[in-house]
Amino acid sequence: MNTASTVDTTGLNVMACAVVDPSRARLLGPKGWAGVAAALITVLVLVPVLNGLVPPAHALHLSDYAVALISKIMCYAVCALAMDLIWGYTGILSLGHGLFFALGGYAMGMYLMRQIGRDGQYQADLPDFMVFLDWKAFPWHWTFSDSFVFQALMVLLVPGLLAYVFGWFAFRSRIKGVYFSIITQALTFAAMLLFFRNETGFGGNNGFTDFKRILGIPLQQTSTRLALFALTGSVLLGFFLLSRWIVVSKFGRVLQAIRDAESRVMFSGYDPVSYKLAIWTLSAVMCGVAGALYVPQVGIINPSEMSAAASIEMAIWAAVGGRGTLIGPIVGAFFVNGAKSWFTQVFPEYWLYFLGTLFILVTLVLPGGLVSLVGTVKAKWSGRAAVAKQEQRT
Amino acid sequence: MSLLPEARWLCHRAVVGFAQRLGRCDLSHLAGCSRAARARALSVLVGIACGLGVWGPGAAEAQALTPQQAHAIAVGDTDDRLKALQDAAARGDAGLGDFLKALEDGEVKANASQAFVVRGPNVRVAGGAALAALPADAQEALINNRLRSAISAVQSGLNLLSADLAVRTQAIRQLTTAGVDATQLALVEKALAAETSPELRNALEKLQALASVAAPEAAQRLAAVQRLAQSGEPSVRSLLQERMSGGAETDAQVRAALARAVTAIESRLAWGDRLGIVFSGISLGSILVIVALGLAITYGLMGVINMAHGELMMIGAYATWLVQGAFRQWLPGLFDFYVLAAVPAAFASAALVGAALERTVLRWLYGRPLETLLATWGISLILIQAVRSLFGAQNVPLENPSWMSGGLAVLPNLTLPYNRLVIIVFAALVLLAVAQLIARTRLGLMVRGVTQNRRMASCVGVNTARVDTLAFSLGSGIAGLAGCALSQVGNVGPDLGQAYIVDAFMVVVLGGVGQLAGTVIAGLGLGVLNKLLEDWAGAVLAKIMVLVFIVLFIQKRPQGLFAMRGRSAEA
Repeated sequence: MNTASTVDTTGLNVMACAVVDPSRARLLGPKGWAGVAAALITVLVLVPVLNGLVPPAHALHLSDYAVALISKIMCYAVCALAMDLIWGYTGILSLGHGLFFALGGYAMGMYLMRQIGRDGQYQADLPDFMVFLDWKAFPWHWTFSDSFVFQALMVLLVPGLLAYVFGWFAFRSRIKGVYFSIITQALTFAAMLLFFRNETGFGGNNGFTDFKRILGIPLQQTSTRLALFALTGSVLLGFFLLSRWIVVSKFGRVLQAIRDAESRVMFSGYDPVSYKLAIWTLSAVMCGVAGALYVPQVGIINPSEMSAAASIEMAIWAAVGGRGTLIGPIVGAFFVNGAKSWFTQVFPEYWLYFLGTLFILVTLVLPGGLVSLVGTVKAKWSGRAAVAKQEQRT
Repeated sequence: MSLLPEARWLCHRAVVGFAQRLGRCDLSHLAGCSRAARARALSVLVGIACGLGVWGPGAAEAQALTPQQAHAIAVGDTDDRLKALQDAAARGDAGLGDFLKALEDGEVKANASQAFVVRGPNVRVAGGAALAALPADAQEALINNRLRSAISAVQSGLNLLSADLAVRTQAIRQLTTAGVDATQLALVEKALAAETSPELRNALEKLQALASVAAPEAAQRLAAVQRLAQSGEPSVRSLLQERMSGGAETDAQVRAALARAVTAIESRLAWGDRLGIVFSGISLGSILVIVALGLAITYGLMGVINMAHGELMMIGAYATWLVQGAFRQWLPGLFDFYVLAAVPAAFASAALVGAALERTVLRWLYGRPLETLLATWGISLILIQAVRSLFGAQNVPLENPSWMSGGLAVLPNLTLPYNRLVIIVFAALVLLAVAQLIARTRLGLMVRGVTQNRRMASCVGVNTARVDTLAFSLGSGIAGLAGCALSQVGNVGPDLGQAYIVDAFMVVVLGGVGQLAGTVIAGLGLGVLNKLLEDWAGAVLAKIMVLVFIVLFIQKRPQGLFAMRGRSAEA
């Protein structure tokens, strides 16, 4: 086990073969479409009805807290999906996705800060933190921040452009593997320091909070929250289908080939840089969108979203659920974050032990993630059934 | 010089008064003074009486502290008491020091007409004779903060006249740092006239200049400014700048001299500043080198990015703290040498934890560097939480041994702290030891062999699994040493490792793997570069610029400064 070359480099080759199988090149099977439809109904109809129409005393009532939690986790699931595209399918571990998430969040947060208007504590045109810093006018990067369309564009453009430029430099000079991971971590760390500064103009330590409304509609209203919930769910499903479309396409297969043997892909006449750059940028934009959906629902964005821990946790969501599958990251995001909210309520001091153990166990004994367990169990059952049948026959 | 005859007369009276006082039997207030002091005081006064000294306007006849004065200092309105105190101080009244000491210690009581010093059973009228008992209406004379600081200033002024060289040196230093004003000028000049040590004369002249910067006469101010222009101290510069910008100085000639003096001092200070930046850069760099050395060994050898490296440092720092606690408990006499015991303890504890991690977790992940990264991150979370559970989330207090506190003053504005110097030396020793270990020992040979070609090394009979464990514990042990070093300059807490780990990775990336020279040059270079940029653009922007620099640098040399042959950087 100690010789490096005898162990496969990703631990995922077996699963990769299953996904690349050309016979499964269609977008989804009938079961898959049924699942998507069920999820869509859950998000658009079931949850809003259970929360909004079922009376609170009823056993089936879904509390506001649960809706908010599910919505938050759905944002995380988008990040996990983005992480899976770049890591699970292309073999590039990014420790900087928290940065893209936060950038999307900050772009949305700027708009939400402008929406507060004069309802802040100081009743000024400027956001409270600027009044507090004794600023007289908006800094240049806030010029168009009162326009929803412009800021929504920024949600896509800022993470996308940053990822494109950074990726271009990194991939062109063939920075790979752990080097790339460390450089992305350093990038995120530097950005966090930058956002901690008050002079940067994003509220320093405290970031943005105390949002009041979006598009003129109060955020606290039940209908607003349910609409955001439905939107988040739809976005998650949309990204899921988009990812599915990518990974079954020829483009997606080249990505997986890059993951498994980059040199061979290069020698076959492909240019890995443009493939990597494309999926890296898309992945960053997905995270940005997730951040933009996260901020109005959670109500705060601050530089701690850019900490190293936040980015690495995204990797563990994908790993726990199962890299190289698309349902895996979503399952992983729900599992890890569900566990987090349970632990932090019941045993706060054991949460880090649990998370740390999860990191170790998943990498050590469950490289295929939770979804691979389903396969294992199925195989065992069918194996047992076969044995039982044979026994019956004899 | 129209003042001169009058001054002479005053001096004459002073001498007469002093001689009378010497002749009196009741010398209780001079009991602490030695014969030499009295002789010296006499010679001062004689010298002054001969017209050698120029007396300031506040100077009057030196005499014993009278009961009236003592009473005025002890009770009344704070402003009046301050004025009385300064009057007495300006005359350098004998017995004032004792009285002020008693006042500070709360041994002075006062009634409506007199102040009394009560020392144990002995009671006497302040500035007067002994009494059998304290009058019933006497109450304690209280002092507020304003008075207290004025009293301590006067006391150090009085100490200028002490017979003890050490006391005088101390007093001069105290006054120089605390600042003097025109009211103390008389005392300083008196001391200067009496001073025989050339070193102290020099210091006193500076003190005199400092005090007379605000003197009423322009000529005096000019002389003072010219004298101060030779200084190289930041405090003098800021004093002069304050005089200039505050508009306190109106005389054009003096203003011009002030401007010249500030420029002269600044150019002198600039050198100290530059050297200081380079020193702090080397100090930071030497810590980075030790941190990165361990990382480079594990990464070069096994392709393992150890995210728990920072936590191994933390373990080393906590081991140092425990050793310190043990010394305080059981060997308080040897407390100053606890660091010597802490170094092996830090190494051993971190190396043991490292060996355990390698055997239980990392062994199964070789060849999967990304998974190793995540697993070691998980380990770091567990270690942080474990330390929090064991020792609490707060930072633990760690004391430098006494020989490591203080510093080496090279220039007036450049002091090299001993603890930082010790760490630089320590880093050099660790580096030397590791280089010897890798180059000269059998283990080093095996480590090099496995690094270059694992399978071939295995074929010729190297037990690669054992080498892995040993090398990983070596890397971890060095992390422990880094933690021990860090504990002497920074806080020790569960998050200790997090602050340095990103920088240490940058050192490894920049220096290339498997090369000690690359690690050293990259570590020191990044440390100095960081501090230079920090001085220029602030800490945050400096960090960002360094990062951008590294990303651009890797464009040119993807495998770091000193690339190994082969394709190891692709790992």
